[in-house]
Amino acid sequence: MKLLLIGEYKENKFFDAAYDLFAFAEKMNAEKVMFAVGSDSDIPKFKGKLYLSDSEKFSEYAPDLHKKLIHKVIEKENPDYIVFLHSSYGWDLAPRIAASSKISVISEVVDAADGIFVRPICNSKLRVNIKSSTEKSVLTVQSGAFGYDINDGDQPEVEKIDTDDVDSKYIFKEYEEAADTGVDLSKAEIIVSVGRGIGKKDNLATIEALAKTIGAELGASRPVVDAEWLDASRQVGMSGQTVAPKLYISCGISGSIQHLAGMKKSEYIVAINTDKDAPIGDEADVLVISDVNQFVPALTKRLQK
Amino acid sequence: MKVLVCVKQVPDMESKFRIGASGVWYDETDLAYRMNEYDEYAVEEAVRLKESAPEDIDVTALSIGPERVKEVIKKSLAMGCDRGVHIKDDEYYSKCPHSIASIIYEYAKDKNFDIIFAGLQSQDRGSAEVGVFLSELMDFACVTTVVDFKVEDGKVMIKKELEGGKKIIIETSIPLVATCQSGLNIPRYPTLPNIMKAKRKELKTFDVSEYYNVSEFVKTEKAYYPEKKGGALILEGDVSELVEKVVSLVKENTGLIK
Repeated sequence: MKLLLIGEYKENKFFDAAYDLFAFAEKMNAEKVMFAVGSDSDIPKFKGKLYLSDSEKFSEYAPDLHKKLIHKVIEKENPDYIVFLHSSYGWDLAPRIAASSKISVISEVVDAADGIFVRPICNSKLRVNIKSSTEKSVLTVQSGAFGYDINDGDQPEVEKIDTDDVDSKYIFKEYEEAADTGVDLSKAEIIVSVGRGIGKKDNLATIEALAKTIGAELGASRPVVDAEWLDASRQVGMSGQTVAPKLYISCGISGSIQHLAGMKKSEYIVAINTDKDAPIGDEADVLVISDVNQFVPALTKRLQK
Repeated sequence: MKVLVCVKQVPDMESKFRIGASGVWYDETDLAYRMNEYDEYAVEEAVRLKESAPEDIDVTALSIGPERVKEVIKKSLAMGCDRGVHIKDDEYYSKCPHSIASIIYEYAKDKNFDIIFAGLQSQDRGSAEVGVFLSELMDFACVTTVVDFKVEDGKVMIKKELEGGKKIIIETSIPLVATCQSGLNIPRYPTLPNIMKAKRKELKTFDVSEYYNVSEFVKTEKAYYPEKKGGALILEGDVSELVEKVVSLVKENTGLIK
């Protein structure tokens, strides 16, 4: 079995999460090559072959050009699977490759064995086993599902992929950095994080009181930020900050995959939720089955003693 | 300008899900349904675009599924879409994202749409594939994970969300598929007069057999509950007892509180 792994670059830096692709290849016990549109200045460390196209010429976002380049590598290597991260780059490109190759896509893969791929549905409350009806397949794999940072320190053999066909429907303008509001959750020792389970914005005060009592930074799940209850700088998860405090207290967060990816490295996790089946239970050390609006004020009062 | 919005009806994600008789999808009975959150952003964005030039823009809202999905088409009409299309399919769940995109393509291919809005993903299946597949079939440009959208002099300026709060700004052109992410806008609630007005808008129903002519790219073998990793110690009971237990556990394991 051979995999074509698709790496990612942002601003000439290899996107670290893409090391997960090597972990996936190891899990599949497969031969692997990687392709990326990127830069000579930051080559991912692995043993094998890296096909590299220059992002100066092909842009870091030009899916139609990247598709053509990937097809060149597919022709050379004839892989069984073309594997992306389930990321803003991967889910954007994977169906384009599948459509032009007339093969299937299986997205957000979290496990695999014997040609069966496992993916979550319904906010991770259920799993489905998926089998491709086409011989080859495009996959997007969930970041973190197959282990982190496998980095064997080797230098790949690099082969350039080039073409003079550079017409694209997309013109890259610029990157916009996350707003810097001085909140750096990655340095916090304790984080108290708020989810939609608190019900309404007015209930934030009790959570803030707990955070203040124990000297914690306030974090939030995406729905809380989208509802504008808290600033985006407090968002924990793949589209927000990745955190690893000594203590993470999750208040009314059911635990979407994107959220869990951002907080699962916390040392000790206490989750408060009314739903015993909430996915946060998979990462938490302690799951307290209780209404957060009753439990948190009681906890704060006890800790103020 | 002609705009198409693809809308899905999904269960409330706070529901308790049971496995349905098919063994490959959830049991549809006793669930509360609503418009897929990401599609609400898509409808809102289409309606805002229409409001910029009401005479020149016509918005069609399309949904695939059983009879019940008419509710989300009616909601789209009440939010401001001009007409609705229901592609009736009781077995929508057995079709893979590529098939769903193909059905939309067969409906849309000869209707001269300029812009197609879709949600980034559905909250139930969550493949994030349909919009992109559709763009490939239509031979349209496509930008996913859109958090800002502007049409200026025939050019389209889009802000696409990346990871870690970072975004990328891209210029592209019509015809185009845009898949919408939260943060793009705050969807309106339909007002009562607009709900009444929506009742007089066109809503056509077609049977899926008219548009379904592809074979399935993937097959779902079974649906099941994830194995519990068994990590969490589950505490239940009286709040004051829970507080004592949590305090002593946190003390013991982190030493961070007294």
